[in-house]
Amino acid sequence: MASTPHIAVVGGGSTGTGVARDLAMRGFDVTLVEQGNLTHGTTGRMHGLLHSGGRYAVSDQASATECIEENRVLRDIASHCVELTGGLFVKRPEDSEEYFQEKLAGCEACGIPAEVVSGAEARAMEPHLATDVEKAISVPDGAVDPFRLVVANAASAVEHGARVETHSKVTDLLVEDGEVVGLEVDHSSGPGVRVHGTEGGRETIRADHVVNATGAWAGRIGDMAGLDIEVRPSKGVMTIMNVRQVDTVINRCRPKGDADIVVPHETTAILGTTDEEVSDPEDYPEEQWEVDMMIETLSELIPMLEEARTIRSFWGVRPLYEPPDVGSEDPTDITRDFFLLDHDERDGLPGMTSIVGGKFTTYRMMAEDIADHVCDRFGVDADCRTADVPLPGSEDFTVLRDYMDEFGLQSPIGRRSVERLGSRAEEVLDVDGPNPTICGCEAVTRAEVQDAIESSGSDLNAVRIRTRASMGNCQGGFCAHRLAGELQDSYDEPTVRAAWDELLQERWKGQRHALWGQQLSQAMLNYALHATTQNRDRDPADSAEAVDFAAFDDGSGADTGTGPATDAGVATDGGRDGD
Amino acid sequence: MAIESEVVVVGGGLAGAFSALAAAREGADVRLVSYKQSTLAQASGLVDVLGYAPGGDGPVVDPYDAIPDLPEDHPYATVGVDGVRAGMALFDEVAGRYRGDHTDRNAMLPTHGGTVKPTARYPSGAAAGVASDERDALLVGFDALVDFDAPHAADHLRNAGVPFDVRGVSITFPGDLNADAKVTRYAKLLDADAEVPVGGSTRTARAALAATVEPHLDGAERVGFPAVLGDDDPAAVRASLESALGVPVFEVPMGPPSLPGLRLEDDLYAALDEAGVSMETGNPVVDYEDEERVTRVVVDRNGAKIPFAADQFVLATGGLVGKGIDSDREGVREPIFDCHVPHADDRYEWFDHEAFGDHSFARFGVPTDETLRPLDAGGDVEFENLRAAGSVLGGADFAAEKSGSGVSIATGRAAGVSAAEAAR
Ligand SMILES: Cc1cc2nc3c(=O)[nH]c(=O)nc-3n(C[C@H](O)[C@H](O)[C@H](O)COP(=O)(O)OP(=O)(O)OC[C@H]3O[C@@H](n4cnc5c(N)ncnc54)[C@H](O)[C@@H]3O)c2cc1C
Ligand SMILES: Cc1cc2nc3c(=O)[nH]c(=O)nc-3n(C[C@H](O)[C@H](O)[C@H](O)COP(=O)(O)OP(=O)(O)OC[C@H]3O[C@@H](n4cnc5c(N)ncnc54)[C@H](O)[C@@H]3O)c2cc1C
Repeated sequence: MASTPHIAVVGGGSTGTGVARDLAMRGFDVTLVEQGNLTHGTTGRMHGLLHSGGRYAVSDQASATECIEENRVLRDIASHCVELTGGLFVKRPEDSEEYFQEKLAGCEACGIPAEVVSGAEARAMEPHLATDVEKAISVPDGAVDPFRLVVANAASAVEHGARVETHSKVTDLLVEDGEVVGLEVDHSSGPGVRVHGTEGGRETIRADHVVNATGAWAGRIGDMAGLDIEVRPSKGVMTIMNVRQVDTVINRCRPKGDADIVVPHETTAILGTTDEEVSDPEDYPEEQWEVDMMIETLSELIPMLEEARTIRSFWGVRPLYEPPDVGSEDPTDITRDFFLLDHDERDGLPGMTSIVGGKFTTYRMMAEDIADHVCDRFGVDADCRTADVPLPGSEDFTVLRDYMDEFGLQSPIGRRSVERLGSRAEEVLDVDGPNPTICGCEAVTRAEVQDAIESSGSDLNAVRIRTRASMGNCQGGFCAHRLAGELQDSYDEPTVRAAWDELLQERWKGQRHALWGQQLSQAMLNYALHATTQNRDRDPADSAEAVDFAAFDDGSGADTGTGPATDAGVATDGGRDGD
Repeated sequence: MAIESEVVVVGGGLAGAFSALAAAREGADVRLVSYKQSTLAQASGLVDVLGYAPGGDGPVVDPYDAIPDLPEDHPYATVGVDGVRAGMALFDEVAGRYRGDHTDRNAMLPTHGGTVKPTARYPSGAAAGVASDERDALLVGFDALVDFDAPHAADHLRNAGVPFDVRGVSITFPGDLNADAKVTRYAKLLDADAEVPVGGSTRTARAALAATVEPHLDGAERVGFPAVLGDDDPAAVRASLESALGVPVFEVPMGPPSLPGLRLEDDLYAALDEAGVSMETGNPVVDYEDEERVTRVVVDRNGAKIPFAADQFVLATGGLVGKGIDSDREGVREPIFDCHVPHADDRYEWFDHEAFGDHSFARFGVPTDETLRPLDAGGDVEFENLRAAGSVLGGADFAAEKSGSGVSIATGRAAGVSAAEAAR
């Protein structure tokens, strides 16, 4: 080909950013567009399990084998996003012995290292496990931070020349002469990083090929060109606890079921999940019974969950796909495998390929398939390197050395920052001036926040997913205004205010599902901090009506009258400080 | 034998303090039993009476004009305008550091987030900051003190339409406080006026601070700082800064830990001491005993159960924040006496979907009769000798209304007075 082919990738989840990175590394011109923030879709609303494959070892061995392969790859290339927690499949007395044996055999068949441990051994590892857990299978499950991983993929794509546009929605596909030739895009605030209040605009992006990596939304993109893509979105709930009751992934060893897994994630533990087909990936009911079921059912494995504090719940939709001829009734029967839909071959419409289904854990493999396919189409001969070249932040694991001393950070704040930043720690934390903590719950310092602002524009939710600021116990109660203050250096006040409001609203959304006990107290405290102390709920700057300041007490007369007000009191302090 | 008093007040926040104080002043022998620090450490230190009508109308200029229109189940409706006035009069008597009693009108005070909010009484340290005062202001923040970003607050205030020019500047606080120093560290350094390193030599902290601010003054007629200007002797710290800068100095109220709130708490506890109230702090009331009326409350002191007997009791344990109201997935309750707390069965009706929507949880609390005695689900008095005050009462969303302290002070006083009368 004369010039470098230009590939437009739609979707900023794990799949889309993985595809963008792979294609950019293979020398393509790449533009990625995402309607929200990176991870806006399912990727930002998943469980955080780096599958060992154990969960599919009986029902879906092809997926299980892919999982263990990719599990190994990600430990290597994304070490700063992964925590090697290990996992257990635990058996209660009422769970079937036969299934336990099948699980064990399945792991073996798929090459998943698995070992049986006794109930006592399992409790020695995880003291809060129920006393009647009989035994368990230990597997190399891990925890993964989807935000960090996706941001690192996008950063790597950009390093390799890609353009990444967030808050840019594809509104139509350009089809000319029976071929997809590009996208119509609506930028909510103009190209580049998002800035609240900035005039948006439309852009036509012409491309030699379009990759549709929109997950549960893939059908909607298909509709734009009259294609039928039968995605079957299926929702699942996840409930976040305020502390880690377990440090190992705990799975229930029984055939598919709701509420059968707890994943430790950063400072929290996340309970999950359900599997219910929904018609609209953006609008589905989030229900109380789902949250209650997580707590009640998983208490059978970890009894202390019954009384523990949850900080929020959230839902995600799986982008399940099954070929039209299968027709599963129950979404749990739909395969977790992924499918590459070549619309040229399948529908006679060249210029676009869709990728649907799959798992977060296998995103890189999915991306490799797509990139191979694109290379094929354009006759490009370039090897995939994404399994070998570490992501930015994971380049050199020896960096986890004494940054705490070097940057004057106190443990555990320094430790947590360095864990999050990986090999970027030096670049980010080496700043002039003091580096105070902005988010106490998650130990996030100013330097990290400022670094995130550089790549997030005025979007505090984008800062949040990059840093974890406001994601801990208090859910932003104590740090939302501090984050707003940090934006002030780069943006004007109305922009900062809009970003601040958006963060408060986003934080509220998930907390609504945790409003009892301590978290209801916390919610009232946050409400009082924001509404009473800061008057943010009736912020005069937001009001159309100007305050008539002259009507209020202007302080004159306060110190006069019967003598200085200092003496007016019977003053317990006797006007001690004349105050 | 239980320890005996005429009146036992449970809870040591604003409501408990004013109940105990009022009852003691009526001549009763009063004991106050309180568990943890009250919410004053979290509050701004401003004393609100009513800033917005329910539904959001406002800011209200004169709270006393708006009180008669409040709904029937609002605690202010129970004590009436006169009850609120009586509460505030008692407050003015004991809170010598406060201003605002020269008028019924609210004052608009700047907050650390850069909004303004209506309040009835403000610490004298904040007085020069009132937003209806037209003098131009400079706000000074400290670059490591993340709760107050002065340039941001100044821009926000300007966009709120304040009638004066306001600028913000961020400076490095003199001395070598570490990046995460607590507000009390700043305050102590200023109280002590210790020598701090500046350039190659040393200077006293207040002088060094004033010298750092001075170049930024540029015609400002008053200067605001975050509320860290001294803990023991804030007036002296302010006076030093004022004389060095030549303009009035004020503090901008902040969130927790709030020095103005803690200073108020100190003053109240001193007043309680002076009024002869006995205090028992640090341990929770976990239970009560009754024979139709409450006879004793039981305090858990490291596992030992200590009974406190009295003729009259006041429940002032706070709301959801103070833990006077508790909840689980099934429901909402008042944990000591199990007083009735009205709430929807479906916990998804406890909140609104907007962060600042009309949250019913914000109004959770016990309903009472006209003498502040909690009522059961059938509308009957729970105990003939139990009264409730402050945030444990239902019916007021203090956060939206900006009525927190006022409700606690007014109902606290009223409950204390009637408990003392009944004990006679
Ligand atoms: C409850 C639940 C738990 C899960 N847990 C795990 C787990 O523990 N481990 C695991 O490996 N996998 C898990 N998964 C699966 C995994 O999350 C998904 O397979 C994966 O995240 C899908 O990524 P994606 O990039 O394909 O889709 P998405 O992340 O949904 O990305 C698609 C993107 O396209 C964007 N988009 C859509 N329409 C447009 C448009 N018109 N213009 C521009 N952009 C658009 C969307 O905003 C979205 O960001 C879980 C899934 C669910 C639902
Ligand atoms: C974040 C925040 C900001 C605020 N800002 C303002 C403001 O700007 N202006 C304003 O006017 N008001 C403000 N308020 C409201 C005000 O400070 C008080 O919260 C309110 O007046 C309630 O006081 P209270 O005495 O009823 O309860 P609390 O202050 O909650 O006190 C209750 C006391 O009872 C004790 N207690 C609870 N259970 C037991 C038990 N079982 N045994 C013994 N003791 C017990 C607690 O330990 C505590 O000491 C704010 C409140 C909060 C939370």
